[in-house]
Amino acid sequence: MSRRDFVRLTGACAATLAAAGVAPAGGEAGDLDADRRGVLVDLTVCIGCRRCEWACRNENNPPAGELHECDDQSVFRSRRRPTSTQLTVVNRSPGPAGGRPVHVKTQCMHCEHPACASACLVGAMRKTPAGPVIYDASRCIGCRYCMVACPFQYASYEYDNALTPQVKKCQLCGNRTQRGELPACVAICPVEALTYGRRDDLLRIAHERLRSCPDQYIDHVYGEHEAGGTSWLYLSDRPFSELGFPTLGSSSPAALTEAIQHGIFKGFAAPVMLFGLLGAVGKLMHAPKESP
Amino acid sequence: MNAAPAAMPTRPRYFTPGVWVVSAIALTGAAALAARYVLGLGAVTNLSDGYPWGLWIAIDVACGVALAAGGFTTAFIAHLVHREEFHPLVRPALLTAMIGYTFVALGVMTDLGRFWAMWHVMLPWMWQGNSVLFEVAICVMTYVTVLYIEFLPIVCERFIGRVRLPGPLARFNGLADSALRRLDAGLGRVMTVFIILGVVLSCMHQSSLGTLMVIAGPKLHPLWQTPMLPMFFLLSAFCVGPAMVVFESLLAARSFRLAPETEILGRLARLIPILLGVYGIGRVIDLLNRGAAPHVLEGSAASVLFAAEFGLGVVAPFALLLGQRARRSTSRLFLAACLVIFGVVLNRLNVFLLGFTPPIESAPYAPSPAEYAVTAGFIAMMVLIYRFLALNFPVIEGLKEVRS
Repeated sequence: MSRRDFVRLTGACAATLAAAGVAPAGGEAGDLDADRRGVLVDLTVCIGCRRCEWACRNENNPPAGELHECDDQSVFRSRRRPTSTQLTVVNRSPGPAGGRPVHVKTQCMHCEHPACASACLVGAMRKTPAGPVIYDASRCIGCRYCMVACPFQYASYEYDNALTPQVKKCQLCGNRTQRGELPACVAICPVEALTYGRRDDLLRIAHERLRSCPDQYIDHVYGEHEAGGTSWLYLSDRPFSELGFPTLGSSSPAALTEAIQHGIFKGFAAPVMLFGLLGAVGKLMHAPKESP
Repeated sequence: MNAAPAAMPTRPRYFTPGVWVVSAIALTGAAALAARYVLGLGAVTNLSDGYPWGLWIAIDVACGVALAAGGFTTAFIAHLVHREEFHPLVRPALLTAMIGYTFVALGVMTDLGRFWAMWHVMLPWMWQGNSVLFEVAICVMTYVTVLYIEFLPIVCERFIGRVRLPGPLARFNGLADSALRRLDAGLGRVMTVFIILGVVLSCMHQSSLGTLMVIAGPKLHPLWQTPMLPMFFLLSAFCVGPAMVVFESLLAARSFRLAPETEILGRLARLIPILLGVYGIGRVIDLLNRGAAPHVLEGSAASVLFAAEFGLGVVAPFALLLGQRARRSTSRLFLAACLVIFGVVLNRLNVFLLGFTPPIESAPYAPSPAEYAVTAGFIAMMVLIYRFLALNFPVIEGLKEVRS
C-alpha cells in the first residue's frame, strides 16, 4: 500500500468516526422553562390515607378498585417501592416513641438534570422543558440502563411482558395537566399535603414555611439540590435519611459522566489523534527493517 | 500440559468426550435461551426493579468484552510495533475476539427487553450523544465488523486454490477463486487501516465500559466507584489481553495435542507485570486520593471481594511473573494467566453486580438457574465454534502443518 493510499484511507476513517461522533444532544439541562412545574410534599401534613395511590392507579392502571381499600393499613408493615402497576406508593416510618408516624409518598422525582435521560442511548427518556421527565416506549430498546442510572431507583420494569415491556414511572399526569387539571394524586389529596405549581414558587413557599414555623420543620427542602435538583420537593420534621430518602450530593450523576464522556470524545479529537499516533507507530517501527 | 507430542500426523477429531460435555452445556443454554425469548425476562431471570442488571450484563457483556482484549493487544504488538515473533499468536487471538464480540452482541440482545428494537441504535435520529451506552454500542458494533474484516484474509487463505463448490456450482470454481484472490489482494492493501481502527475502537469502548457505571454514583460501593473507572477498565483490558492469549494458547495446545508455545508466550508475558504494576499502583493511588482506602479493612463482603480481586488478581500474578522462572514454566505461566483473568472477571463482577446496592431496600439478587444456563451455554457455544474454526481454517500454526 502506497503512502498516499494510506493517508487517504486514514482520512476516510477519521471522517467516518467524526460523523459517528456528531449526535444530537438530548436530555440537556440548559433549556428548561422558567415556569416549569413541580410538586411540593409537606410530610408534616400527610395523614397516610393512600388516596394518592388509588388516584394514580385509577389514572394509569384502571380499574383501581374500591376507594375504601386504601384504608388497609397492613401494607405499612413493609417498606414498599413503586412498581410497574403502582407508580406511587406511601410508606410509613414509625415516629419516635409515641410520636406521630411519618408517611412518605414516593414516585419518580422528575430530576432537573435526569440521569435516566442522560443514560438512555436512544433518547427514550426526555426531560421536557415544562418539568416532567417523559418515557417514550416507541424509542426504548429495553436495556434498563435508565434504571441503573436513577439515583433513587424509582423506575420499574414490566419484566413479565415477554415482547413489549416498558419502563414504568410517574409521568406527572401530562394528559391531565394539559387540560389544566391537577395531577391525579395532587387532586385527590384530602389534606393538601401536595401542592402542584411552578417549581420556583414551590421553593419560595417551602422556604417561607421553614422561616415562619422553624419548630415544625427541619431546615431542609429535599429535592432543592439533591441530584442536581428535582421537580418533587419535600418538607419534613424528621431528618430525611431516617425516612428512607437517599443521601445525595448536589450535582446530577449525569454531570460527571457527561463531563468524562465529552472530555474524552470532544470533537472526536482523542480517537483521531490515537488513530494517527498508531499509524505513525506502525510506519516508524517498520522503517528500520525495510531500509537495509 | 506437558509431555504433549510435537505434532500429530493426523488432524485431531472434532468430537472428543470433552466436546460432548461442552455440547450438552451448549444445548442446555439454548433451551434456556428459547425460554427467555418465548416467556420473557420475568419468567426466566431473577432481575428486579432494584437490580435491573444481572449475570448476563456482568459476565456475558462486561467480562466478554474484557476477555476478548487479546485481539487488539496482540494486533498492536505484532502488526503495529512489528514484533514479528508474536505473529503466531495473532490469529488465535483474532479468532477469540471475533467469536467473543459476536457473543457479546448476542448477550446484549438476550438481555434487552425489546430486543426486536435493537436496530434503533443504528438510526441517527434516535442517537443520544450524552449516553455512555450509546458510545459503547456504536463502538462494539463497528468493532465486530472490523473483526470480521480482519478475519477475511484467513478465509481467503483457506479457500484460494481449494474452491470446491458442490454439484452444478462447480463450474464457478474458477470464478470464485479469482474473486477470492482479488479480495485477498485488496484486503492486504487496506488491512493496516482496519488494524489501527480495531485498536482505536477497542481503546474507546474498553474504557467507556468503565464509564458506564460512573452514573450509578453512590449505588456502587466506594471501593469501585471512581471517575477513574474508564482508565482502570482500559488498563485492566491491556493486562488481561496477553493473559487470555497465554491461557487460550496453552489450552488449545493441550486440546489439540500440540507442543505448548511456552517460549514465545513467556516473552509475551513479560509485559503483564509491567501493565499490572501500572494498573495496581493506579488503583491504590485512586483509593487513597478519594479517601476510600479505609473501606479495604471494613470487613464487609465488599472488602473481601476487593481483597480477592486485588490480592489474587493483581498482586499475585505480578509477583509470579516478575521472575523468569514462572515465564519459563508452562504450568506457572498458565497459573499466572488464570490469576490475571480471575482478577479482571471479579473486577467486572464487582463493578457491575456485586458492588451494586439499590438505594431503596430491594430483595437481594441471585441469578436464576436459567440465567446460569444461558451464560454457561454461551461460553460452551464459543468453545465449540472456536474448535470448529481452528480445525478448519489456518489459525493455529501447529495445526497448519497437520492439515496439509
